[in-house]
Amino acid sequence: MTDLSAGSPSVAEIRDDYAAQVQRKRVYGGILLILFVSLMAAGFRTADARNAGSFTDGWHRILDYPTEVLSEAWEKVALLPAHLVHFMPALIETLNIAAASTLIGAVVGTFLSLLATRGMAPWPALIPLFRRISDICRAVPEIVIALVLIFVLGGGPVPAMIAIAIHTAGALGKLFSEVNENASLKPVEGLHSVGASWAQRMYLGVIPQVGPNYVSYALLRFEINIRASAILGFVGAGGIGYELRNSMSWGQGKYDEAAAIFILLFVTIVLVDQLSGVLRNRLTHGAAK
Amino acid sequence: MLRIKQLTKRFGKNIAVDAATLEVDKPCMIGIIGRSGAGKSTLLRMLNQLEDATEGSITFDGRDVTALKGNDKRAWQAECAMIFQQFNLVPRLDVVSNVLHGTLNRRSTLSTMFNLFPMADIHKAIDILDRLGIAEHAPKRAEALSGGQQQRVAIARALMQDPKIILADEPIASLDPMNAQVVMQALRRIHEEDGRTVIANLHTLDTARRYCDRVVGMRDGRIVFDGLPEQLTTGVAREIYGAGADFSEAATSTEIETLEPRPVKEAV
Repeated sequence: MTDLSAGSPSVAEIRDDYAAQVQRKRVYGGILLILFVSLMAAGFRTADARNAGSFTDGWHRILDYPTEVLSEAWEKVALLPAHLVHFMPALIETLNIAAASTLIGAVVGTFLSLLATRGMAPWPALIPLFRRISDICRAVPEIVIALVLIFVLGGGPVPAMIAIAIHTAGALGKLFSEVNENASLKPVEGLHSVGASWAQRMYLGVIPQVGPNYVSYALLRFEINIRASAILGFVGAGGIGYELRNSMSWGQGKYDEAAAIFILLFVTIVLVDQLSGVLRNRLTHGAAK
Repeated sequence: MLRIKQLTKRFGKNIAVDAATLEVDKPCMIGIIGRSGAGKSTLLRMLNQLEDATEGSITFDGRDVTALKGNDKRAWQAECAMIFQQFNLVPRLDVVSNVLHGTLNRRSTLSTMFNLFPMADIHKAIDILDRLGIAEHAPKRAEALSGGQQQRVAIARALMQDPKIILADEPIASLDPMNAQVVMQALRRIHEEDGRTVIANLHTLDTARRYCDRVVGMRDGRIVFDGLPEQLTTGVAREIYGAGADFSEAATSTEIETLEPRPVKEAV
């Protein structure tokens, strides 16, 4: 054995040190795991106790409602194509709300993100302000904004569109500014050196770098916004959600309409999901040649 | 032992490896040379089954490797270790954990998720690190090590697999000459002491000559040279690299000795 007090440690020593380290890690990991499992169990018991019904008594009834809907829809299956055609305009309205709000939200989000990224912001002192603005836009749920706007403007697609656009601006502002952080500032410096204005530097120096990522995030947001605009219909903002609420709260007798709307929503979301998946893939990996 | 027959790999219209045929009868150290894009990496990646062959076959001890699927394929990958140019370690894990990854094929997913490696394996990992001269770095994160040290960790991971073949894809291309020498000597020692076959893609001729028993030259996906290091003359090298008469070995060398001052050419 070499001298242990000075110089590099021996293999035996390294082994012991590392074994001790591994033991320590395992003990910590074990304690954390026990803590986690017991907290989960305790939390679940509390939640179950506070529930009106009990989870253990209620969970097997989870399929009751879908069965009721499906059986009625099956009886009136002949009416289904007519329903699909009938609700198509409502679906298009929902899609329009989602598309318009995504577009407006993305434009506002772009500005918010550029104003809130270090190295790109024209007024660095105001970066925290713009960050808080996008935080607030993102923090208030769409449905709250929509309810307020419906109260002020009356029901219809416009309040829903504004509500979703505000939320989208906040969410995309955050995502875009993260993309901006990874963009190289060298082209911006190059454009600065030729005397370009801030807008020119951003449009020509930053956007080409971050464009594909922006579009990819905006498409993802579009998918989310379709769901959001369908839900906002429940509070009177028009579109397919409004029809769905009507047919669902009507109860028995209109379940065939509910089923038709579910089919329309499901097919649309799957279609948009697949389409934007292909598009995003193409943007990040380039078109197959 | 290892037989590669008419091995071909196509990416769309491009042919990366074109009907490569190679036989290895006894453990030896083979260097594959050729310019970038000649198909060297693809050949090694097919041997490890990281890439499926389009046509042809690889047989090892009478077993058709190219036909393997699922568990058998992963077992083959454990037998045939791979070392990468950029080391391909997990940067945020410590060095010993990275070396222990060499045993993953034998361990269940659940036990590795909780980091439950047997103490005997941990001791073996530290012994291998000691053999490669980096035992004192055992508890450090892999990302805290220099390039040469990281590559030795990668070699340790390969040794932990107890492989019959070690494939090294440009193992020294990201290293400075000193570290390159340490890594190449480690690979040579592994071949000589353990009798494992080492197949390395190299980008410098002198490294191939100095450390290998056999040199294979590739050009545009084809094997155009297969012989002893002594047979690798400057003329043959020009042929492999497709270079003209201005091709000079000294210019591509990573050896310290060849970096003597040479008469500077006049600027054109």
